[in-house]
Amino acid sequence: MATQTPTTAVLDQTRTRPLWLETVHDWVTTVDHKKIGLMYIGYALIFLIVAGFEALLMRIQLSIPNNTFVSPQTFNRLFTMHGTTMVFFVGMPILFGFGNYLIPLMIGARDMAFPRLNAFSFWISAFGGLLLYFSYLGGDGLYGMGSAPDVGWFAYAPLTARVFSPGHSTDYWTLSLLLTGIGTIGTALNIVATTICMRCPGMKLNRMPLLVWLYLVTSLMAFVAIGPLTAAQIMLMLDRYAGAHFFDTQAGGSAVLWMHFFWIFGHPEVYILVLPAFAFANEIIPVFSRKAIFGYPAMVAATVGIGFISLSVWAHHMFTVGMGSWANTFFTFATMIIAVPTGIKIFNWLATLWGGKIHFTVSMMFAAGFLFQFLIAGLTGIMLSVAPFDWQLGSSYFVVAHFHYVLVGAILFMLFSAFYYWYPKMTGRMLSEKIGKWHFWLFLIGFHLTFDLMHIPGLLGMPRRIYTYEADRGWAILNMLVSSGGFIQAIASLLFVWNLVHSYFKGAIAGPDPWDAWTLEWSTTSPPPPYNFAVIPTVGSRRPLWDLKHPEDPDSNYEM
Amino acid sequence: MASQMHFAFVDGPTNIFRPAGTSAHSIFGLSMLVLGITLCIFLVVAGLLLYVLLRYRHRASSPEAEQEPAQIYGSTQIELSWTVIPVLIVVILFLATARVILSSEQTRRPAGALDVIVIGHQFWWEYRYPKLGIVTANELHIPVSEPSHPTPTSLTMSSADTDHSFWVPRLAGKMDLIPNKVNVMDLDPQTAGLYLGQCAQYCGTQHAKMLLRVYVDTPADFAAWIARQRQPALEDPAAAEGRAVFQHNACISCHTVAGTVAAGRFGPDLTHVASRDTIASGAVINTPANIRAFVDNPAHFKPGALMPPMHLNEHDLDAVTAYLTTLK
Repeated sequence: MATQTPTTAVLDQTRTRPLWLETVHDWVTTVDHKKIGLMYIGYALIFLIVAGFEALLMRIQLSIPNNTFVSPQTFNRLFTMHGTTMVFFVGMPILFGFGNYLIPLMIGARDMAFPRLNAFSFWISAFGGLLLYFSYLGGDGLYGMGSAPDVGWFAYAPLTARVFSPGHSTDYWTLSLLLTGIGTIGTALNIVATTICMRCPGMKLNRMPLLVWLYLVTSLMAFVAIGPLTAAQIMLMLDRYAGAHFFDTQAGGSAVLWMHFFWIFGHPEVYILVLPAFAFANEIIPVFSRKAIFGYPAMVAATVGIGFISLSVWAHHMFTVGMGSWANTFFTFATMIIAVPTGIKIFNWLATLWGGKIHFTVSMMFAAGFLFQFLIAGLTGIMLSVAPFDWQLGSSYFVVAHFHYVLVGAILFMLFSAFYYWYPKMTGRMLSEKIGKWHFWLFLIGFHLTFDLMHIPGLLGMPRRIYTYEADRGWAILNMLVSSGGFIQAIASLLFVWNLVHSYFKGAIAGPDPWDAWTLEWSTTSPPPPYNFAVIPTVGSRRPLWDLKHPEDPDSNYEM
Repeated sequence: MASQMHFAFVDGPTNIFRPAGTSAHSIFGLSMLVLGITLCIFLVVAGLLLYVLLRYRHRASSPEAEQEPAQIYGSTQIELSWTVIPVLIVVILFLATARVILSSEQTRRPAGALDVIVIGHQFWWEYRYPKLGIVTANELHIPVSEPSHPTPTSLTMSSADTDHSFWVPRLAGKMDLIPNKVNVMDLDPQTAGLYLGQCAQYCGTQHAKMLLRVYVDTPADFAAWIARQRQPALEDPAAAEGRAVFQHNACISCHTVAGTVAAGRFGPDLTHVASRDTIASGAVINTPANIRAFVDNPAHFKPGALMPPMHLNEHDLDAVTAYLTTLK
């Protein structure tokens, strides 16, 4: 790959030192999509550390049977807070952060369509997270023991009814999700408007980078998914404080109704989280295999297909509820069929790699890990889609292992890949490849030790959400190994944080285009100026920088 | 470590791959098909991925290292093939699955099936045998079902408070117990013995110690068990003092001892509590010392259990323990 010499302009920019308070004021009042994007990412990383710490406490408790490291009440709060935090205050903000940062740059725009809505969405989501954690001070859990919600991130009725959950811990959960839901809708609206209206001249929809396409589909899905969740939260508030009986079974309400509301949000949510990971892969895998993405139209079609099908699979979370044979059969089919567009994606990535010259940078190593792990996650997903198999596997540690394979093995790996790939653009400096390799291999070992083995206690009958277990079940040694893998991942994550900080000051200067890439964000300086592009670019193909670098053989000759 | 793993897989009391009942067997058969198909897919795709990553890695020593590889933008035929083949696999899997779903949920049960009503409570199980007039808790007794002479048990399940789930992996998949909803599930065990499990739906603080014990009895053992459970509570004159303490305290507002003033339904029926192997929903074995500790303060074994500490003096504790241990 070509190497660039540092531009002095970049250095000069970083040298100007405003007063500390000016910097804070600048960030708090900013409406710049890049700064908002970075705040989303920073905010999510802080909560990643918090929720990761919660996971470690749970793993210490579960490492031996009949352990008394934490009380049952504390443990139940830990898994509630870990799940809620990871989904709403790590996954969503970090993915929106990258989207915010990258989408305007990739479509040749100077900002999002609604910059002030963008800032509003960030701050309301951020305060939602703080409100959730304020519950540790202000809430009052089951049995009046105080503090954070302990009803699970899924908060099944009627455990959330006031008779079973007195105090205000559940209210903090409800309100924080309501707030962050508003922020999510705002940002989704912004992304849709930006991609529809703000593309630079020549960027037709079928020339849009796949990342932008996938964020568009994700955002449209967020519209559909967040609504039922918000509605359910409002109904729950009415139940708890206005004498309504939607979910209050003691007064004739329906526990199953809550499950439907929750999962009609919850399952599309999984795809809302995973599509951005696919989006990163669609940009990173081609650049490091030095080939155009294979089957661009099929990739777009598969994404839209996943978007639609994912809206009809929610009740596969409810195979053991007693919905009846026909409902179980329908949701089995809908869930299985989603494997087809997902398979198309995996095969198209494979074909992109085929015949390429694959550069194993740390970013690409994480992407390769993503491919294997997402394959396995998909296959265990097929097992769980088989309703009778799910009667055994559902609500067991097999499910926990399966969705952590998706969330960590696929999404987090692809996020690490994205950090190594776009950090140079965001900061102007390269992340250390040496620390990065340590980070990758340690995290890979820790991940597989934890989540490969975690499937097995599920097969041996270990249910989820238990604070301890009996010694005679044969789960002990596996749980000890699973826990030790968790600590290896924690050490690897610390290396990553160290890399982020160290490279910010000491990293090699990146220059505008360190990876010899092809999309528009690499045509401006690193980091980009507040206005992104001095002159709004005009594009003639999906890979404008390829056309620029290969005028003899531009992409526009081959695209439909 | 190896011996522990060996134990878990070969003798694992809750291993889903050691089926001992009709329902668990049919799930086991289907799951082997699913595992086979997914393993084949894994080997093919992971093999291809590994091949591509190794074969096409960038080699700095190669003479064409600086040249970009040939750009290929797609191929309708190839993409069609990896759309159609997965569709076919999905159809096969779906048909096999639909067969098991429809057969297992729509079987007609024989006239002689035993009916048991299962009611989930925070954090224990109530079992009622309506045709036999038996009420018990936490330890379910059912007859073994010989293939030549099937005597399945039909569980009619609901909940008194939050959601629970009945999961005894070796006998059947799980089924949720949901308030205001009645679910039905059949157990058809072919081998006598004790089968373990536990609540599989988060139901509150002590979800973890809401354990399940299903005793599959031979016909003779089952008949003997029924005969004993149908008798009224034993009135041992030696335990008269303990009975008086029991009946003059709050015990009777929550517990039933058939034939006495104790008729509460909030906690487990204690009429024959001494005939059980465990107390506190399987949390500890049934010994006088454990009963005494549990009555003194249930949080000793089950923090978060809804029974309050009874605050009895030492003398009364001993007396109540003596009384409870006579309730054979």
